[in-house]
Amino acid sequence: MPTDATALQLVLSGDPALFAIVRLSLYISLSAVVLAALIGIPLGASIALTKFRGRQGVIVLLNALMGLPPVVVGLAVYLMLSRSGPLGAFGLLFTPCAMIVAQTVLVTPIIAALTRQTVEDLWLEYRDELTAMNLGPVGRVTALIWDARFSLVTALLAGFGRAAAEVGAIIIVGGNIEGFTRTMTTAIALETSKGDLPLAVGLGLVLIAIVIAVNALAWTARRAGERMAG
Amino acid sequence: MRAPASELPIEFDDVTVTAGPVTILDRVALTLASGAPTVLIGPNGSGKSTLLRVAMGLLAPSRGRITWGGLENVPPLKRAIVFQRPAMLRRSAAANIRFALRAAGISRSEHARRTSELLELVGLGHLADRAARKLSGGEQQRLALARALARDPAVLFLDEPTASLDPTATKAVEDIIRAVSQRNIKVVMATHDLGEARRLAGDVVMLHRGCIVETGAAASLFDTPQTAEARTFLAGELLV
Repeated sequence: MPTDATALQLVLSGDPALFAIVRLSLYISLSAVVLAALIGIPLGASIALTKFRGRQGVIVLLNALMGLPPVVVGLAVYLMLSRSGPLGAFGLLFTPCAMIVAQTVLVTPIIAALTRQTVEDLWLEYRDELTAMNLGPVGRVTALIWDARFSLVTALLAGFGRAAAEVGAIIIVGGNIEGFTRTMTTAIALETSKGDLPLAVGLGLVLIAIVIAVNALAWTARRAGERMAG
Repeated sequence: MRAPASELPIEFDDVTVTAGPVTILDRVALTLASGAPTVLIGPNGSGKSTLLRVAMGLLAPSRGRITWGGLENVPPLKRAIVFQRPAMLRRSAAANIRFALRAAGISRSEHARRTSELLELVGLGHLADRAARKLSGGEQQRLALARALARDPAVLFLDEPTASLDPTATKAVEDIIRAVSQRNIKVVMATHDLGEARRLAGDVVMLHRGCIVETGAAASLFDTPQTAEARTFLAGELLV
């Protein structure tokens, strides 16, 4: 209990170190979700609408990639960004940028797979109308993504949940450097191992609160949007 | 309101449509020319909807050929269709029409005027901002008509446009169909409601089991049907 009380004090007092970690975590996770959405939504929608050889295999693979082990992604991104790797010249390893890349790799399949399913279901409903309107592929994809926008919020939330909770990949490529690449999850892991439980619990509380707040906000926005657009 | 009817005549030349072992349309030969509405009648499963889809260009014949204004493979730029259960886009009624206008390549500067004009035509001007999916069945059907007309079609195909509507909603839709026809847009409509066929048809095509069993001017076909199938169907007896 004393640990919980101290943790709460840390949160309520607006401890600068704690909030710097929170800010960085949000920056990294939200950036990764935005990038993953920019890649995953068009990719998922295109797979939903395109017939090609091996499509079923691609769908199975995409669904499987939703369960990518973070440490494996971290290792792969580490190898790409390390000095001897193909992207080593950019000097991104142990920077927030590397962490964003790793989380983007983890989140993109989630958003793409959920988008594919959502858009495919909507396509079954819209196919006749959009075909009769003689819409081209880009017009179809755009219309379906727009009309599936409320359902796609769920895909984005799933992606954000994955990014916010993830520790394995970002600790490998970020290095958990204090004041530079330390996020809530990596700090929790570190502080727990050091025995500094108040900070770890405080960060845990903030993390849970953020996830709940983001979900509540998205749910409210979705409900309001559905009421207006039907 | 509309471009010249270059899509007409639509000619079916020995058109057969199959789905696996099932023949849905069987060697259909038919010409749809400009003029009063052509109404397709026949029991469920007779091939009416499939014929409309082939005429719209949504479905390719398995055998035979179809031409629009004497040409094959004409993109459906001046054809429009309203399905029995039209899908409403998750937008307002006005946005549904604007979407159709954009899809038809109508200049953006025209959108506001055309949208308002079309909504008024179908009596939905006061519901422009209502979510399309929250409209009643009859209102959705009228919105679907407005959306189809946004394409400025020379030919309008209607697949059972009043099925499952109450008499008031049915009358509203039929009034719009008459107004559309008076604008020199060719209406081709499928229905199994004989009363509706009598009220709207100029010509009638009767289908049974994928074959055309009888065609002709509405008055003569309804008064003096020439085939046993047509007599049975028009008498209200079960045609199986």
